[in-house]
Amino acid sequence: MSRTNADSEYAFEVTAEKTLSRRDRIRHRVDQFLLAPARILWTDWRARIGLFIIGLFLFLSLIAPSLVARPEPLGPLLAAPWPWGTLEYPLGTTYLGESVLAQLVHGAPSMLKMILSGALFTVVVATVIGTTAGYKGGTVDGVLMTISDIAMTIPGLPLVIILAASLPIAGNPYLIGILLSINAWAGLARSLRSQVLTLRESEYVEASRIMDISLTRILGIDIIPNLMPYIAMNFVQQARWVIFNSVALYFLGVLPYSSTNWGVMMNSAYQKAGAVTSLEAFHWLAVPMFAVVLVALGLTLLAQSADRLFNPRVRARHAETVTGEDGPEEDEESEPTTSVGAVS
Amino acid sequence: MNYVLKRTGRAVFTVWAVITLTFGLIRLLPGGPMQALRGYLMQQNPSISPAELQARIEALTAISPDEPIWVQYGNYLWGLLQGDLGQSVWLNEPVSMVLAERAPWTLFIMTTGLFLMFVIGIGLGAFMAYREGSKFDITTTGVGILLQSVPFYVVGLVLIAFVGYQWELLPTGGHYASGVTPGLNLEFVISSIKHATLPVGSLVLTGFGGWALNMRGNSIRILGEDYLRVARLRGLSEGRIALRYVGRNALLPMYTLLLISIGYMFGGSVILEEIFAYPGLGRKLIQSIGRRDFPVMMGAFLLITIAVVIGVFIADLTYGLIDPRASGGAERESY
Repeated sequence: MSRTNADSEYAFEVTAEKTLSRRDRIRHRVDQFLLAPARILWTDWRARIGLFIIGLFLFLSLIAPSLVARPEPLGPLLAAPWPWGTLEYPLGTTYLGESVLAQLVHGAPSMLKMILSGALFTVVVATVIGTTAGYKGGTVDGVLMTISDIAMTIPGLPLVIILAASLPIAGNPYLIGILLSINAWAGLARSLRSQVLTLRESEYVEASRIMDISLTRILGIDIIPNLMPYIAMNFVQQARWVIFNSVALYFLGVLPYSSTNWGVMMNSAYQKAGAVTSLEAFHWLAVPMFAVVLVALGLTLLAQSADRLFNPRVRARHAETVTGEDGPEEDEESEPTTSVGAVS
Repeated sequence: MNYVLKRTGRAVFTVWAVITLTFGLIRLLPGGPMQALRGYLMQQNPSISPAELQARIEALTAISPDEPIWVQYGNYLWGLLQGDLGQSVWLNEPVSMVLAERAPWTLFIMTTGLFLMFVIGIGLGAFMAYREGSKFDITTTGVGILLQSVPFYVVGLVLIAFVGYQWELLPTGGHYASGVTPGLNLEFVISSIKHATLPVGSLVLTGFGGWALNMRGNSIRILGEDYLRVARLRGLSEGRIALRYVGRNALLPMYTLLLISIGYMFGGSVILEEIFAYPGLGRKLIQSIGRRDFPVMMGAFLLITIAVVIGVFIADLTYGLIDPRASGGAERESY
């Protein structure tokens, strides 16, 4: 095949001597996009703690609900958590005598659903809009960026609240996650666009253009893989934003729900047991709060260590992927990419 | 000048888009606020005649439902331009009146919070950068990361429970003590500050860490720049270098962040004010949902949005004062 091509009058038709089998290609892809980043992440202590916490959270929301019985009002009322109370109710009980632990566990799956759908929605919409605007330029760019600017300026939480009050949505956690991220894509789309602006001038993209490869293929194969680490980092950050604000809005009681979650727990502890005014019920409020902080901490650590993926020096060491050995660990001077510490 | 014009155009366009959105939500949504309001009014007064009902709705929302949609839209816009946001269903007062007494309080706690967060974060971050690698730097970085992961409302609730109820040091809600007469007297000022301490405190406690880490990162990057070495070789004083060379350049990217966080801050007021029972715009927004008071809800939303648009607008235009390179040219794409 390659022989005949070499004689052909079109030099560009020459294909590689060795063609990769489908399995090889998949293996390479997995290497490039999953294993290598994962190994880089693993060299960082922040990532290790972060991954551990997220693993715990996944266990809590995926496996634990089938191990722990649903909360039933059977126990003593407002029993204290373990060191002060009994081990039967390690995290204490609610004002109805339900186990707080059971509530925590059964509230976790809807948190996970919200986080996933919200972060995924943000990242997908932002990538589509950002890359299209950056690559196409011109009027398309102008229109898309004007829309993004507007979406960016509208304060997110009030918008979410009035939409939740006006739209007839039920308490589907996936929908709530998307609703919470309704304008979060705008900021990411903007920064992705500016990165695409530089990428689109690079030679290999130019080459693809000359070869008349379709827009979607250029974006999908030449451009987006370069943005992947950045997108992944924003996925994590958006996940944090969703968990912060979903819990807050459920706590305030302005979102509809069909199954219990941590914000609803906090709401009932606050409203029904006065967990803030008296310390008797404070554990009921403290447990979901602590859970939120822990998951957010895991996500923060993960996002912070993800900026190592940008660091070309660290990446280069892993470029040879799975077979390569790790060099001695040295701490690069990577400044943490932190988000604005504002009310987010 | 061209830039200012363009930027103004965008601000106006944003406000217009939000107005259109609220109009669409009120008017066009099947089973939305309009229907809910109609149901609510009929429930309140079952003997109401259709014409009366229509007139009542028209008075409340500044929208007359039986006219063609474009006329309704035009009237709505025209009303808003004159400051007519409709009438509160609950209080039977113009929405603009209800909101006008709330807005200053939101502005007060949010700007104070943002200002303190920014100043403390910048100072601490710069200091951390100068002491990079020291024990102080490492501990503060750790604390910063930890604080960043704590939502401000969690800190707020803990503060209310302990500082407010257990130790009874500070008031847990409201904007000033009930016996105090508002005005320029010492008692009122002290009372307002006392009432604002916990809400502002919970914002600052959870917020300054992020700013500090950012400032630290920026400063460290600049400390490694060549021009800094040149400045040292020229024998410039450390103070001058720290302020004019490192500080200024490290601050530039922070200014953009400040601009973005104005929106987050005012959006967050919804949660903060509700938790501290602080009578601002955000609390009004939440209250009005419970009371199905849609004109107030939309009005509060519009006002918060306009505040954010103005804030971002000012920050955008003044950016040129800090960074002379930026003046006149955001259209110059230099990413």
